[in-house]
Order: sequence, then structure tokens, then C-alpha cells
Amino acid sequence: MKALLWQGVNDLSVDEVPDPTMRNEQDAIIRVRKTATCGSDLHLLGGYNPFMERGDVLGHEFLGEVVEVGPQVRKHKVGDRVVVCSFVSCGRCWYCQQQQYSLCDNGNTNPAITENVWGFAPGGCYGYSHALGGFAGSHAEYIRVPYADQGAFTVPDGVSDERALFASDAAPTGWMGADLGGVKAGDVVAVWGAGGVGQMAARAAVLLGAERVIIIDRFANRLQMAEKYLGVEALNYQTQDVGGELLERSGGRGPDVCIEAVGMESHSTGPQYLYDQVKQQLRLESDRPIAAREAIYHCRKGGSVFLLGVFANLVDKFPLGALMNKGLTLRGAQQHGHRYIPMLLERMARGDLVTEHLATHTMPLDEAPQGYNMFKNKLDGCVRAVFEPAR
Amino acid sequence: MRALVKVGVIVVGGLALRRFLLPSGRHGPWQRAPLMRREPRWHVVTVNPARDELTPDSPLPEPLAGLGDAVDVQIRRAPADRGIELAVRLRDGAQSPVTAGARRLAGRDPNQAIRAALREAKQLLETGEVLHPDSPPTTQTTAVNKPLQMATRQGRREGRL
Ligand SMILES: NC(=O)c1ccc[n+]([C@@H]2O[C@H](COP(=O)([O-])OP(=O)(O)OC[C@H]3O[C@@H](n4cnc5c(N)ncnc54)[C@H](O)[C@@H]3O)[C@@H](O)[C@H]2O)c1
Ligand SMILES: [Zn+2]
Ligand SMILES: [Zn+2]
Repeated sequence: MKALLWQGVNDLSVDEVPDPTMRNEQDAIIRVRKTATCGSDLHLLGGYNPFMERGDVLGHEFLGEVVEVGPQVRKHKVGDRVVVCSFVSCGRCWYCQQQQYSLCDNGNTNPAITENVWGFAPGGCYGYSHALGGFAGSHAEYIRVPYADQGAFTVPDGVSDERALFASDAAPTGWMGADLGGVKAGDVVAVWGAGGVGQMAARAAVLLGAERVIIIDRFANRLQMAEKYLGVEALNYQTQDVGGELLERSGGRGPDVCIEAVGMESHSTGPQYLYDQVKQQLRLESDRPIAAREAIYHCRKGGSVFLLGVFANLVDKFPLGALMNKGLTLRGAQQHGHRYIPMLLERMARGDLVTEHLATHTMPLDEAPQGYNMFKNKLDGCVRAVFEPAR
Repeated sequence: MRALVKVGVIVVGGLALRRFLLPSGRHGPWQRAPLMRREPRWHVVTVNPARDELTPDSPLPEPLAGLGDAVDVQIRRAPADRGIELAVRLRDGAQSPVTAGARRLAGRDPNQAIRAALREAKQLLETGEVLHPDSPPTTQTTAVNKPLQMATRQGRREGRL
């Protein structure tokens, strides 16, 4: 079959690889209909994760049709239209039962790498390096889905492929940030990053009853999109004073909940950008945590900061003083999608949650390397490139 | 800049792999040296069994049973709702570091077998199956891929467990 392969740092190709096979009785094989780029892939593309092998298939946000099921699969049959959570989780270990699905004890076949780097191993993720299980990604004609009863969700008839696709990763990730960040009625919520993840977090905050939701980025097209489709306010950090605006818009208190949806390749207009880039290139820190620093600084006393952006390992100049003295709660997680996807699909069916505007560029899989170039460099207003392997 | 990135990645990759391949219990330079131990330590996992499949009086779950007389095994209840703790240690007494290192290189370190057996027993009890990696792989064995492929072949046999 055809697949998009990671060939090295900033080097992708579409090539033939062997079809996936059933490896466990709880597996399903899915024919991929739509598969999207995610900000997380950029960290792999840029070479920030040393656990990639030449020939790995990228992609973890996808929707498709079941073409084969193992003898232990009960919920799905051949022909089902399913959206699949980007994380591989067993659904039965203690963490899964606590609904912390991305922390699954059983979903990663290579637990040693992350145990040594982080202390304990989270679950697996499609197309996300050998540190997270080495599972082949979804930018391919077919993909193997382990624990199919847990991770694949039948899409209700009234929800289009275009909308349901983002129930795989961007929407549950954003929802988790607002939910576990503790958003409640009356809150002022600030979201750093207006990519797919930040937009979904902002919409979740609205739906959870926040009084005001402010999304921060520098790309005018992304900010306009958020205003138009999500009903939130925008803030451009390149042309506006973020601190002053946030104070003014929150009665001088500061945002109650600050959600960081930028990650380890954060940008800035200030001198810290150069500082962090140099340190990162010299491998004196693995991640640039600029937006995380800002979220902690601007958060109100006693407020909550949630990190949705992916970080790999070590950062520098981390404002522990502000965190401690302001009594903040800091949390982060890879997405616990299994917990939210059924509810998100219902909201999509009702029209509460629209997502299709994120798919700014849809193309055949053959054009995926160009799609990634547009997505990485934010060319032509690209928010998510979506590939259709059957086209 | 791109060349610099590549070199950097290889260095980090090398460090991470070296660290990955270090015997567990040995720490990074910013951490304290491990305590000296005489006894081999207990390797422990907590299992959330599907039904009442596992109690402190149960027969040994597969594949722990396969380790035979070489190990001591304890099965005990974990506090609150946390399940059952499975603890295993080598019965033989501590090995000298030289022998341990040599065995490890040859892939015959008994601690590796214990880690893999514990992880697999846990998966069988919780999900009824041992999860296998994708196959056939989409990657090829090249000079660049080889070290990571060697490391991931040991995926369940290494780590901090
Ligand atoms: N936690 C999870 O499970 C999970 C899931 C998916 C993605 N992610 C992570 O979420 C992050 C965002 O993903 P995405 O797909 O939306 O990526 P994206 O690249 O489309 O969007 C990131 C946005 O952040 C903006 N940005 C950069 N620096 C900023 C700053 N200092 N302040 C405000 N905005 C800034 C960029 O302009 C861009 O619009 C990534 O790190 C990704 O890895 C996490
Ligand atoms: Zn993602
Ligand atoms: Zn689990």
C-alpha cells in the first residue's frame, strides 16, 4: 500500500510499504478515508524526537471504514464508519478505568524508553515514534487498530466525515484541556495557540460555560476563524499587548484558566525567542516553553494552567516562582480521547461543535509532503491539511 | 542550521539510547548514585484483574509460572481499589556486576526475563492478550535505524521495572 514515510529531519516521501496485518485478536484493520496533519507531527518532522526510524509512517488523526476484525472484537463489524482515538489504550488497566486513557499501562509495546526518560511509560500513539509504541501511522491506505472495541468509535449517520475526523485528536484534546483545567461558569479563559487544538479548547471552554474566552496567536486567519466559528475573542500577540488586554478583559483579575496549546516549538516576538532557539539547537534544552511561561505569568492568583502542547523533556527558565507564589495548579496530559469522543460525536450531530473549517486543504495522499510543507510553514492559511488515500 | 539540527539529534539520540541501554537503577548525572544493595530487588507490577481471577492464593499466572524455581513470587492485595501486586525476585542471590553485564549483552539477563514475564502476565490478566507490535515493519534495517531497532527489540525486557 501507499504511505507517507518519515525519511529523516524535514524529509518525507510517499512510498509503497507492506499492508498491515492483524496481530492480536482484538485488532481491526481500517481503510483510511481521511487523515489529518497535527501540530504534534511537526515535532517529529523537525527532529525533536530521537526515537523515529527512517521508514516510519506518520499520522494519528483519522477516520475510515472497518475492513477486517479480529475474533475478540465485539462492537465493530466490517463496513462500520469509525473515527479512531489517536492514543492506543486497553480500556481495562487501572489508568483506563480512571478514564486517564493516555496513561494506559498496556498500550505501549516499548515501555522501556519512556520509563527511563520520564519515570513511567504512558500508552501508545499511532505514528508517534518508537517511544510511544512504534505503531504505524494513519497517512496510509490501511492501518491496524489494536483494542478496536476501545479505540474505534462508530460515527453517527448525521455527522459528515469532514466533521467527525477531528473527533480523533484535536477535539478531544481541546475538550480535555478545558475540562481538566477546571473551566466552569463565569470563568475567563485564555488559550495560547489558535491551531486545531487551541481552537477546540476555546470552543470547549465556551460550551462548559465560560463567561469570556480569549484565543491568542499571531496568524490573523486563524484568529478570524476562531471569532467566526467558535464565538470567542481574539488577541494578536504581535500587534497587541497581551498582558494589558488580558487584565482589561478580566476585570484586573487575570484569566481563571490558561490553556497552552502551542508546545515545544513556541514562537515569540521578544528576545527570549532567540535565546530559546539557540539553547534548543545546542541541545541545552529540548523544548522552547515560551507560551507556557506566559500562561503561568498571566494566570490569576490561585488559577489553573493546563499544558496541551507537547513537550519532550527539559526546559529552561521555567517560572517556578510565579507558580508557587501565586498558588497555581499546573497540569498537562496527552489526550484521554476515549473519555470524550462519544460525547463529542453527539455534540457534532447536534451542531454544537463544528470542526470542518479546520480542514483548510484537502488533497490526495500523494501530495502529503507538500501538505506538510504548507502546514508547517502556515502557507496559504493552512490550519490542517487532510489527506484522502483513496483519491 | 539544518546540519546542526541533525548532529544535535544524533547526539541526543545517542545519549537517550545509551541511557536507555544502561542497566536500570543507574541514573542520569543530575541524580544521586543508587544505594548499594546486596539482595536482588523485587520487581513489582500492580494488576487490575478482569474478575476475581487473581487472589493471593491463586496459582502463578502465565508466563510467570514459566520462570520456575529461579524466582521468588509474592501475590498481595494492593491498597484501596488498586488491584493486586505481583512481586518477583531472583532467588539465586546477587550476581557480580561483571557477570550481570556480560549476560545482559548476550541477552540472557534473568532480570530481563522477569520484567517481560511480569508485563506479559499483567496484560494477560487485564486484557486477555499480550499486545504485539505492528508487523511487518515499514522501516528497513539501515545503519541509522539499527541502534533503535536493537533497543526496541528489548522493549518489554528493559526499563525501570
Ligand atoms: N495533548 C495532546 O494529546 C495533544 C494532541 C494534539 C496536539 N497536541 C499539541 O498541541 C500543540 C498544538 O497543536 P496544533 O495542531 O494546534 O498545532 P499548530 O501548529 O497548528 O498550532 C500551533 C499554534 O501556536 C501558535 N503559537 C506559536 N507560538 C505562540 C505563542 N508564543 N503564543 C501564542 N500562540 C503561539 C502558532 O502560531 C500556531 O498557530 C502542539 O504542541 C501539539 O503537539 C497535543
Ligand atoms: Zn495530534
Ligand atoms: Zn489501559
